[in-house]
Amino acid sequence: MRLSGDELIFWQYEWVKLNGTIASTWGVILFLTMGSLLITRHLTSDITISRWQCFLEILVTGIVKQIEEVGLRQPQKYLGFIGTLFLFIAGANLGTIIPWFEPPTGSLSTTAALAICVFIAVPMYGIADDGLLNYLKSYLKPTFIMLPFNIIGEVSRTLALAIRLFGNMMSGAMIVGILLTIAPLILPMLMTALGLLTGMVQAYIFSILATVYIAAATRTREA
Amino acid sequence: MLLDGFTVGAQLVNFLLLVWLLKRFLYRPILDAIATREQRIAAQLQDAEQQKAAARLEREDFQHKNEVFNEERESLVRKMTAEVKLERLRLLEEARTAAATLRDGFTEKLKQEWQAWQREIIQRTQREVFAMTRRTLQDLANANLEDQILAVLIRRLHELDPAEKAKLSTLSDAAAHPVQVRSGTELNPVQRDLIQAAFAETLGIQSVPRFETVPENLCGIEIVFDGHKISWSVADYLATLEQSLRELVPEPSPSNMEQHALPATV
Repeated sequence: MRLSGDELIFWQYEWVKLNGTIASTWGVILFLTMGSLLITRHLTSDITISRWQCFLEILVTGIVKQIEEVGLRQPQKYLGFIGTLFLFIAGANLGTIIPWFEPPTGSLSTTAALAICVFIAVPMYGIADDGLLNYLKSYLKPTFIMLPFNIIGEVSRTLALAIRLFGNMMSGAMIVGILLTIAPLILPMLMTALGLLTGMVQAYIFSILATVYIAAATRTREA
Repeated sequence: MLLDGFTVGAQLVNFLLLVWLLKRFLYRPILDAIATREQRIAAQLQDAEQQKAAARLEREDFQHKNEVFNEERESLVRKMTAEVKLERLRLLEEARTAAATLRDGFTEKLKQEWQAWQREIIQRTQREVFAMTRRTLQDLANANLEDQILAVLIRRLHELDPAEKAKLSTLSDAAAHPVQVRSGTELNPVQRDLIQAAFAETLGIQSVPRFETVPENLCGIEIVFDGHKISWSVADYLATLEQSLRELVPEPSPSNMEQHALPATV
């Protein structure tokens, strides 16, 4: 039984390969980009707008509002990163309703890549916001004794991010796969519907946690 | 293997590519559209606020003008009311005066008509009475009324005091003041001769008196000397008759004027 799309290899040249995870990721990227392009091609700044524009505006302003509610005072600065995290994970998870589509978020490689992005983005935003020295000093707070614990916390939460998303998505796919062999008619459909909900929740959790980490890294100066 | 290094790297690149693409094709256009709309709405709100302020100013101006207009209107109404009241009083006074004048005129006219009517009745009554008397005398005593009157007058001339006779005699001057004999009907020559003979016999006047016919003196003869008069007339009787008629038909007065006037107007 295949645990993730990594094991489905379409093409390989030495260590370079095109597997199912990358292919599905491209599909998600294509879907999001083309969808955005099609909708934003006819954007209008009038009072009356199309329903798709209205949907995108609600989506974007909802993300901005969530970022702001977490505590970041300039949410639009973080919208690109956090919004894309949410949209990518949500888009990938929603794709599970398409038959034979294996969500890239069900691959540890993808979740690890996303967690690494967060791992890199948090100090980057912190340094950009507060300066390198002040950011590094934050690891010594409240006392220098906390330095190893802070570093361990930094690494462990990154790991937790990756494993949480992977575990949830992979387990959902696994359960559906197992149920297909036991009761192929009704239960997989129900589990897929539940998986959609779980996928959306995971997308929300991942992006919110990333926002919280970035907010924690930048809050020292903002406070 | 759960974790593949190349896949991790590829996914990292893919994610960064997606970040760039979504920034380029989603977030920026959407945020720009929202910002543009907000600016437009803000501009419209500002414009609406300015229009509201202008409308408020216009409303205040209008209210002020309205108040001024109301004050002017009330002032004009008060002025007009006073003028109308004065005009009403003037017109009422005019109407009252005109009514009084009309009433006076009407009363006067009625009075005149009444008097004329009364005169007419009296004269007609006199004529009828004399006609009856004349016919009665003629039928019963075969006598003429004027002859009887003349006889009475001549008898009075005879019954005058000598002093009066002398005085009357001196008053009669044939040239300056001839004796005048006035009668309701023209006297016949016999009657004239009788009178002239009586003058000559009682007063010694030889001149011919001047005979005049006065229709108002229906039944009576009067002899006028210079300022003195001897007469016999039924005037006293007629006065009694007239008094009786006046009592029968009273003279119209303002109180009973409407009662007399109504039949005429209807």
